[in-house]
Amino acid sequence: MQKLPLLIKISLFIGVLVSLFPNLKENLTLITDMAGENKIENKYSILLPTYNEVQNLPIIVWLIVKYMNESGYPYEIIIIDDGSPDGTLEAGKQLQKIYGEDKIVLKPREKKLGLGTAYIHGIKFSTGNLIFIMDADLSHHPKFMPQMIEKQIKHNFDIVSGTRYVGTGGVYGWDFKRKLISRGANFLTQLLLRPGASDLTGSFRLYRKDILEKIINNCVSKGYVFQMEMIIRARQFNYTVGEVPITFVDRVYGESKLGGSEIFQFAKNLLYLFSTT
Amino acid sequence: MTKLMEWLAVLTVLGSIWGSMITKKVGAEFVDNNYTLVLYSPIIFVAIFGLYAASVVIYRTLTFNNCEEASIELQEDIKAAKEDLTRLGFKFKEIST
Repeated sequence: MQKLPLLIKISLFIGVLVSLFPNLKENLTLITDMAGENKIENKYSILLPTYNEVQNLPIIVWLIVKYMNESGYPYEIIIIDDGSPDGTLEAGKQLQKIYGEDKIVLKPREKKLGLGTAYIHGIKFSTGNLIFIMDADLSHHPKFMPQMIEKQIKHNFDIVSGTRYVGTGGVYGWDFKRKLISRGANFLTQLLLRPGASDLTGSFRLYRKDILEKIINNCVSKGYVFQMEMIIRARQFNYTVGEVPITFVDRVYGESKLGGSEIFQFAKNLLYLFSTT
Repeated sequence: MTKLMEWLAVLTVLGSIWGSMITKKVGAEFVDNNYTLVLYSPIIFVAIFGLYAASVVIYRTLTFNNCEEASIELQEDIKAAKEDLTRLGFKFKEIST
């Protein structure tokens, strides 16, 4: 063996390899095919729960269409209107005429029934395998959606969350007090829960459909702390979370709310999650 | 294990170390020389951590990005969207306020 020239040794080695793994080349092509296929087969369902968003809905839909068309991925926008008296649903119908029933799906409900059930309702009618959740009030800009999609594909994350607290992320329209409360609450939550995500109360996220369903079904809280519980449950189930910095422009039309009762709700839920997860 | 249990476990361990030092079961010589320091060490730790927390929160509040450009860009996007949607036949509802 030792006398054999190096070249012969190498060819022997390759020969053994090929005989051991005759399907190596095929397997490799299969893997590359799967990766390629994955890209083609992904479809994104964007859930937009609305209540009195007649001014914002057409703008947000126009922006989503613009950026999703540019990205080239198949998508649909599912509008879940909770019986808005301001004619949000009629605006949705007009948009459906413009963009088509395959792009704009209207799944209204009779009255306000909460965010969690709105997502469940939307998921039921979704045909995509990945779900975007975002606010319809223009505080979340659809220009970040392609970045979130790329991040999810690149690292195969279960969830990609937009974050206001990292890198180029930030907010517009908040005064010192609001920023202080937000930073303080975030610090406390990071300390107590160590969630593995920097923005817990944000609601601009991309989820795998099955995972979103499982998480929602395990959540108990209502209102805006619901988003925090979702990401904590995700950590509990060991799902992977990626983050993309986003800018958050506080409501252009309408009122933004952060009062004593919101802070109380937050504290209550923080303690609940602290003692149960 | 819940996060609460984790905290209680760590606090119990630290508390017992402190307790056995204060009753001079461990490190008697060191405790004799620095009795006041050992006695107040939990308060000192809490105070130092409080200062750390306060400075971190204030620093992050002051450095919280104020996204002027994002707001200006959004205003431009709204204008462009309204023009394009009107061209596509969308009828905007008059703002009553």
